[in-house]
Amino acid sequence: MSDTHSQTVPFVRETMIPQAEPPVGNRGVILWMRENLFSGWFNIITTLISLYVIWWALSHTMPWVFRGIWNASSLTECRAIRDATLPEGTSAACWAVLTDRWQQLLFGFYPRELYWRPVLSLVIFLVAIAPVLFPRVPRGALLFTAVSPFVMFWLLWGGTAWFPISIGLGFVLGWAAWRALAPMAGTLVASIVAVALPIVYWLYTAGPLARELEQVIPFRMEYVSSQDFGGFMLSFIIGIAGIILSLPLGILLALGRQSDLFIINKISVGFIEIIRGVPLIVWLFTASLLLNYFLPPGTNFDLMLRVIIMVTLFAAAYIAEVVRGGLAALPKGQYEGADSLGLSYWQSMRLIILPQALKISIPGIVNTFIGLFKDTTLVVFIGLLDPIGLSNAIRASTEWNGIYWELFVFIGLLFFICCFSMSRYSLYLEKKLQRGHN
Amino acid sequence: MTDLANTTAERTIDRSHMQVSDEVAIEISQMNKWYGSFHVLRDIDLTVYRGERIVICGPSGSGKSTLIRCINRLEEHQSGKIVVDGIELTSDLKNIDKIRSEVGMCFQHFNLFPHLTILENCTLAPIWVRKTPKREAEEIAMHFLEKVKIPDQAHKYPGQLSGGQQQRVAIARSLCMKPRIMLFDEPTSALDPEMIKEVLDTMIELAEEGMTMLCVTHEMGFARQVANRVIFMDQGQIVEQNEPEAFFKAPKSDRTKLFLSQILGH
Repeated sequence: MSDTHSQTVPFVRETMIPQAEPPVGNRGVILWMRENLFSGWFNIITTLISLYVIWWALSHTMPWVFRGIWNASSLTECRAIRDATLPEGTSAACWAVLTDRWQQLLFGFYPRELYWRPVLSLVIFLVAIAPVLFPRVPRGALLFTAVSPFVMFWLLWGGTAWFPISIGLGFVLGWAAWRALAPMAGTLVASIVAVALPIVYWLYTAGPLARELEQVIPFRMEYVSSQDFGGFMLSFIIGIAGIILSLPLGILLALGRQSDLFIINKISVGFIEIIRGVPLIVWLFTASLLLNYFLPPGTNFDLMLRVIIMVTLFAAAYIAEVVRGGLAALPKGQYEGADSLGLSYWQSMRLIILPQALKISIPGIVNTFIGLFKDTTLVVFIGLLDPIGLSNAIRASTEWNGIYWELFVFIGLLFFICCFSMSRYSLYLEKKLQRGHN
Repeated sequence: MTDLANTTAERTIDRSHMQVSDEVAIEISQMNKWYGSFHVLRDIDLTVYRGERIVICGPSGSGKSTLIRCINRLEEHQSGKIVVDGIELTSDLKNIDKIRSEVGMCFQHFNLFPHLTILENCTLAPIWVRKTPKREAEEIAMHFLEKVKIPDQAHKYPGQLSGGQQQRVAIARSLCMKPRIMLFDEPTSALDPEMIKEVLDTMIELAEEGMTMLCVTHEMGFARQVANRVIFMDQGQIVEQNEPEAFFKAPKSDRTKLFLSQILGH
């Protein structure tokens, strides 16, 4: 073989050079630093300046944070400890306010011996949301998800368990009506009945039914009034309820705005523009003050429920516009492809259009959710005790008069953790839904 | 447009099943359509018999795509009558969905659903429209994917396939609904030359099985070999229609002659 080669070709490789790593300066951390931090004189200068700024900021805040005093019962005691242990003039955080009042920041004035109820609700929520967020969780778990809102409601407010049960029965009623009527009377009639029947039931039957059942089989826990709700618990309840309810409503509004049906289209446009054009705080005042004028006298419509409804409507208007952007971004061919196969409007929306439009809208939707969650702090203006409201209340006590930073750092940190997790989840979801090149 | 007439030249076509029956598949009479004040389709009269293979050609803007899109109501006509498989197209949604499930359509840009796998693309309509059980729908889908020669791509997503493969999937997707009529709206215009052939081969096979087909295309080789009728449209009207032999050899109207000289000229 080699003889022939040497006569016919000038060069033939007999052995392959094994693959080798690049030289030290061209790999790993060193390469990354050279490329990203020190690639030219300008880059080197900005790197050094940035490092200095970071060092300066940290060197001024971190000692304050880590010197912090955790064991004290009032701000004056905090200061006394600081002056006694640290050299004069050094500042130190007084974290003792958190050790003293953390329950209030988290639960407001919820009865102390019942703290397990909101905590258990949170656990139930996390378990219930798992199958929605992560496809790997078995689908059967969705049944638990469907039941969980009623369980959480009962745990949080207490009272008779028959009330959430009888409310839940309304959904079952609507579903049953739909199943019974859809094959005989057609989709339109079935959906009207499926919506109207539960509403009538909730208005006239659900309450008395719950009372009757309670008398026959008492099944109740201690009732906690909405006025005692506060702190992060309040933010979570309003925020999570708003997020969960506003998404479907927003999607429906977006579809309505795209609809060819004149009335539905105009109602959607009007709703979106009016809700979006007015500040949330105005809507919250409407919820807390004006709504009483419109409701029949004597109705005691829970303030928190009213706030949840307002926040939901507000977020839904924004989500509708975000989703509309996603719908508009889809090529017309997707609608035509679905149509040409004979899919009905709702089928093509559910199976073809919305999965793609929502995927495009994920950043915008999560953006709206994060905004909504942070906006829950606005409820302080209508007298609900969200974490900011509680920080004011804590400051109003003689022990903690004059403490600001420590409370706001804590509140900010908790909000940041929640919002940052949402943002991370949205990135995960976007990556997971990536398909080939499109 | 070099030599497009020869793209399918080497293939001999099995004509044993390509019979045209007397049964009317599509009946269009005095159909008119406007976009705003623009008169896109003017007094269209067209009868398609079962088993016919019709190629519609014409300059861009002549209304040929609009015409076939009217047949499954992707576009709405404003006057006249369209009857497909004995069902008249009105604004009755039930009729429209019925017709759409009987009439398959392939688009220039394939319009596959990018978030679903190839197999899911094919099983979607049978499962939701025809209520076929999932397993059965998958068997049907695999059958047609084998027919268009891409069964091994079944679990990929459309974005991972070449244009020619995507168009063949689109054909398979339509076939899974067992349509009685197939509409093709410039199925090869968005493809590279080497992929045009694979798609045309698939369409020829379909024609050999006796499918009723309406194709808007500029593939004159395909028209010559497969079509039993060629329709030339200009300015929203049917200018000339004839058997392919006569149409290409002896076009009658000047407009047709000009068009053919431009498209086959170089």
